[in-house]
Amino acid sequence: MADAPAISYAPSEELDLIRSTARQFLEERVPMERVRELMMSDDGFDDGLWKEMAGMGWTGLAISEEHGGSGLGYVEMTALLEEMGTMVTPGPFFASAVVATSAIQECATAEQGAGLLPSLASGEAIATLAVFENARRWTPEGPSTTATSDDGGWVIDGSKRAVLAGERADLLLVPAATDDGLGLFVVDPSSEGVVVTGEPALDPTRRQASVTFESVRVPQPGRLGGGDVTAALRRVLALATTALAAEQVGGAQRCMEMSVEYAKTRFQFGRPIGSYQSIKHRCANMLMKVEHARSCAYHAARVTDDADELAVAAPLAGSIASEAYVWVAGENIQVHGGIGFTWEHDAHIYLKRAKASSLLFGDPGHHRLMLGEALGI
Amino acid sequence: MSDRDGARVDALVDELVAEHPPESTPDQELWGAQYDMGLAWVWHPEGFGGLGLARRYQPRINRRLEDAGASTENRYRNLLGIAMGAGVLDAHASDEQKDRWLRPMFTTEEIWCQLFSEPGAGSDVAGLSTRATRDGDEWVVNGQKVWTTLAHVAKWGMVVARTDPEAPKHQGLTYFIADMTSDGVDVRPLYQITGEAEFNEVFFNDVRIPDANRIDTVGAGWRVALTTLMNERVAIGGDSPPRGSGYMGQAVEAWKESGSDDPVLRDRLLHLWAESEAARLTSIRANELASAGIPGPEGSTGKLAWANLNKEITAFTTDLLGLDGTLYPDGYELVRPRGLSQHGPQKAFLRTRANSIEGGTSEIMLNILGERVLGLPGEPRVDKDLPWTEVPRG
Repeated sequence: MADAPAISYAPSEELDLIRSTARQFLEERVPMERVRELMMSDDGFDDGLWKEMAGMGWTGLAISEEHGGSGLGYVEMTALLEEMGTMVTPGPFFASAVVATSAIQECATAEQGAGLLPSLASGEAIATLAVFENARRWTPEGPSTTATSDDGGWVIDGSKRAVLAGERADLLLVPAATDDGLGLFVVDPSSEGVVVTGEPALDPTRRQASVTFESVRVPQPGRLGGGDVTAALRRVLALATTALAAEQVGGAQRCMEMSVEYAKTRFQFGRPIGSYQSIKHRCANMLMKVEHARSCAYHAARVTDDADELAVAAPLAGSIASEAYVWVAGENIQVHGGIGFTWEHDAHIYLKRAKASSLLFGDPGHHRLMLGEALGI
Repeated sequence: MSDRDGARVDALVDELVAEHPPESTPDQELWGAQYDMGLAWVWHPEGFGGLGLARRYQPRINRRLEDAGASTENRYRNLLGIAMGAGVLDAHASDEQKDRWLRPMFTTEEIWCQLFSEPGAGSDVAGLSTRATRDGDEWVVNGQKVWTTLAHVAKWGMVVARTDPEAPKHQGLTYFIADMTSDGVDVRPLYQITGEAEFNEVFFNDVRIPDANRIDTVGAGWRVALTTLMNERVAIGGDSPPRGSGYMGQAVEAWKESGSDDPVLRDRLLHLWAESEAARLTSIRANELASAGIPGPEGSTGKLAWANLNKEITAFTTDLLGLDGTLYPDGYELVRPRGLSQHGPQKAFLRTRANSIEGGTSEIMLNILGERVLGLPGEPRVDKDLPWTEVPRG
């Protein structure tokens, strides 16, 4: 077993700036009151806010400068996502600017990328990856969705689920089985035969849809890249797991802060509840889990260019950050007692985000299987 | 970050091994020369085994020495002295005291032990009962200490004793360096659940300690003890061993040897691997931030994390053995441990029960994280301002 590569975790001025700018924007423009409005609204988001985020350069953060982005990497992207996780920011950012963007970057030809990425960078278009079909299968191999070559184009049949921001998306990226391996197709959701159905989500801040494809015609250039994209999609899912871990760290950190703050100010039996070891130790264990999750998430974000190490680091971050966030978000409710169970308190918004996130790109057990594959265990 | 200091220590190490070739120099002679060149505790002032440089250069020095074939085994052989005693002397001792003790400590000519815990004072070590009463230029010490590693081979012991029983418990303590070979010191093996006696119980019966061996002022014992404990926790929890080493590496090896494909056991192993790697990455991140002058909460979690993990990992490795796990191959002989022997899974399972007790229980570590890092309020302390004699004990 090779030792992990030496990585620098030291903060930089650039990262600090990304974080502080993001935090300030989110606190001003999407505070919890606004999160609550959006999560109860029909769309789950609003275009004005999306335009503002695009204006901040966020949608193009990980897109190269030649395609209208800032050409930054996962270290910077995950710094931003950590802040968004802290604020449970609703909307299609994760689906479009992170996952779909990386799917195009990993699978498309240079020409296709030049056609698609500028509109994602500018925020004009929202894209999403529609990869999952079965409730407990998180690998891209062997979809039942098919793409058949026909008359110089493709015909797609099948269905997908857990399509993030599916109702908002202008572009669907759809993996489908072809005669020559797994293909990734760009599908316009307004095409004939596409039915997008919004599903009631456990986490109402992150909308999802089911999509069915019935004899949907896609023109020839709609297949991204040349041949089989299995390896590329596995990488996309590893990157998505890495990105999500950063968001989970932000959310877990915020839950811990809520608990600590409450434990200092809530009095029972004549003293702050944080002076009791049952509460204090719970908070200390939160701290340990948050710091462990942070270490794994930061590590994964720093090794995305090293395929062997990412194969270890992404599922490591996925399992540790998922379990940490679900646990901390749950304990946060317990520390708050009765008020923590109410709709009025924010604790449930975080618990819902935590639980749903822990199932999105693989549950912790799936991540551990992937880890075992990488380690030969 | 300019690395002039790094280049300087590298050159000094090269000079040391050139002048004292490790293959032909006795270890103790080499360690003496290492001390004299300031490469023993590089952050100590010059003349006391250091060069006044940042502490983070020490691992670099040790690695370079090992690469050149020099032994750094003194750090284990005299662990309590080199990891903890030296920090105490550096922070609290007079120059004369440092001159007397540091060099032979580093060369292992004089082994050190630590005498804090007592049968009646574990987590609440400040409540200890060992008494020291002044008699002219000497102190007369009476009491009992426990969990004293290396006491049976030690020349010097770091003792905290009560010098003012009428003061509140933290204020009536004084710190001494006791000659463990003096009259009245009775060291007995303390057999542990493994059947081995790594530790001792130590009885002081009218032991006379010269006042010149007092560290810091009379009544400052608690402050000095805290320095010792902080150094201990850094020594226990601050390491970042290579990925998949130690108990974790043994567990993975045992899994592969077992030929098992039980999915439940595999998931448990991977869970432990992931948790260990998370703790390891956290130590690395903490060390990097600390050396950049940004101490953060991630530094305080190591000891706590490893205590839990070591217990769980060794339990797993024992489970892998199935019925073989019901055996104890070495037998319970009630012996002194034979050096730093490799523990088989069963013995490791038993030995690691102490990891959440020694060097501060996990409960105390959680209090520290909660109160010092998260700023949560302390428990009300009924004994805090009482004279020690009036504190209930039992």
